[in-house]
Amino acid sequence: MTRRWTALVPHAVLILGVLVFAFPIYVTLIGSTWDSATIGRGSLPLVPGGEALHNFTQAWGETRGNRAMYTPVRTMMLNSLIMALIIAVGKIAISIISAYAVAFFRFPLRMVFFWMIFMTLMLPVEVRIVPTYKVVADLGMIDSYAGLTIPLIASATATLLFRQFFLTIPDELIEAAKIDGAGALRFFVDVVLPLSRTNIAALFVILFIYGWNQYLWPLVVTNSAEMETMVIGVTKMIGNGDSANDWNLIMATTVLTMLPPVAVVVLMQRWFVKGLVDTEK
Amino acid sequence: MQRRVLFDNKLLPYLLLAPQVAVTLVFFIWPAAQAVWQSVHLQDAFGLRSEFVWFENFERILTDPNYLDTLRITVVFSVAVTVLSMGTALLLAVLADSKIKGAGAYKTLLIWPYALAPAVAAVLWMFIFNPDIGLLGRGLNAMGIPWDYRLNGGQALTMVVLAASWKQVSYNFIFFLAGLQAIPRSVIEAASIDGAGPARRFWTITFPLLSPTTFFLLVVDLVYAFCETFGTIHALTHGGPGKATETLIFRVYLDGVVNNDLGGSSAQSVILMVIVIALTAIQFRFVERKVHYA
Repeated sequence: MTRRWTALVPHAVLILGVLVFAFPIYVTLIGSTWDSATIGRGSLPLVPGGEALHNFTQAWGETRGNRAMYTPVRTMMLNSLIMALIIAVGKIAISIISAYAVAFFRFPLRMVFFWMIFMTLMLPVEVRIVPTYKVVADLGMIDSYAGLTIPLIASATATLLFRQFFLTIPDELIEAAKIDGAGALRFFVDVVLPLSRTNIAALFVILFIYGWNQYLWPLVVTNSAEMETMVIGVTKMIGNGDSANDWNLIMATTVLTMLPPVAVVVLMQRWFVKGLVDTEK
Repeated sequence: MQRRVLFDNKLLPYLLLAPQVAVTLVFFIWPAAQAVWQSVHLQDAFGLRSEFVWFENFERILTDPNYLDTLRITVVFSVAVTVLSMGTALLLAVLADSKIKGAGAYKTLLIWPYALAPAVAAVLWMFIFNPDIGLLGRGLNAMGIPWDYRLNGGQALTMVVLAASWKQVSYNFIFFLAGLQAIPRSVIEAASIDGAGPARRFWTITFPLLSPTTFFLLVVDLVYAFCETFGTIHALTHGGPGKATETLIFRVYLDGVVNNDLGGSSAQSVILMVIVIALTAIQFRFVERKVHYA
């Protein structure tokens, strides 16, 4: 009897853990199906209401709620998608070619470049926010997709990961390619890129989420409502967090903000976990 | 590791490196150098002239009782977030790694919060703990506990710690799980045969073997608490009430972006860079050692 009971303890703790993570999401989902007055009164029921369609269509397309003006979700969604995609694709592209250069060539100043890239690992944008903003402002890139993304595109982690992987490609493959008369670019396109498929997929998931979730940088570098991203937009809607908010729209927008990154993680879990754990090494 | 066979091309490697190096120079090295330069200069209000003042900016910052408070809050916040998120993750990972039914489902259900932005985690927590609209926030008040994190500094700090840790648990969970799976079953089974109970097996075998993972996560979580939790704090409390939840990054943002104090903000940036570089360097030394062991 005691044995059976102790066997249940892990399940109980894990279920509790899952509930702690699921409960806030559940409340938000439910909230997005009620009207703002019910939520504002604090009497949100724990079962779905009937306002879901209305809330989501209003959040998606309208520029104004009952109490305040907003950037519509369709604008913010597009901005966030563009930002996350440019960051993910851009980082992968420039990292894979620089890792290729460092791994497959010997040339003067090779280690200088390598260490320079390596250093960026140590300086997240948050710690040098003001001078980076100044550079972007001087270049006239405020309120543009370029300003939003390019400063976040250099990535030591991705470069190191690709370099590490490239060093495991056997020398014989290069010899064979050389004998076949293939040059460095040909080898890159025909051999290295196809071999890197899994790494690229894994990194894409991580970097897409990294880009989608950016907060401080977009907050500083964009001012116009047209350039607002989902994560910034949803926190701006809340303002002071008092009861006089369009809570129904806020909760619907929160749900839409979470949807793309959560979908990416759940659908690509295998690659995503592999990418994370590989980055450690 | 060195390659024997290489491509010999004089120009191509430079071309391949060019985009990465350009972005790094313009958006990393140059701003970092600027921060260092600004931190030892004092500018007039219009930014027209600047004067070299040695360490005056640093002196001003480091003797400012406000800044020391911010430093203290950051330490409390970072340590609390790190301990809480790592402890919870380790417990859940050990349980999910044991031979129980539905382990796969538990793993998926615990991994997804990784996808949430820190700021979105803050929004979710607000929906639960807001004293006006939140289920638990109202519940606490109904039970006679005066709960309002918008007025009470201690409660505000608790809120940001919980929201920031909540989001980080899944990341730690993934790494602990990977670390646990790398431990050979035979070692644990041998201990089991020798009569060691689960708790003893954990502390004498599993935990020491997990130490590289634990150390790696310790550094990652500290850097996370330092840098990435800006969104959590900005969305939830705006550094308030008073300055109860103002961390170092938040202060850099306030002084630099909102109050436009370039010298002071740059000096703070430099202090932060030193802290983050130190943390990363420690991590790399350690990872290096781990490679030698393997």
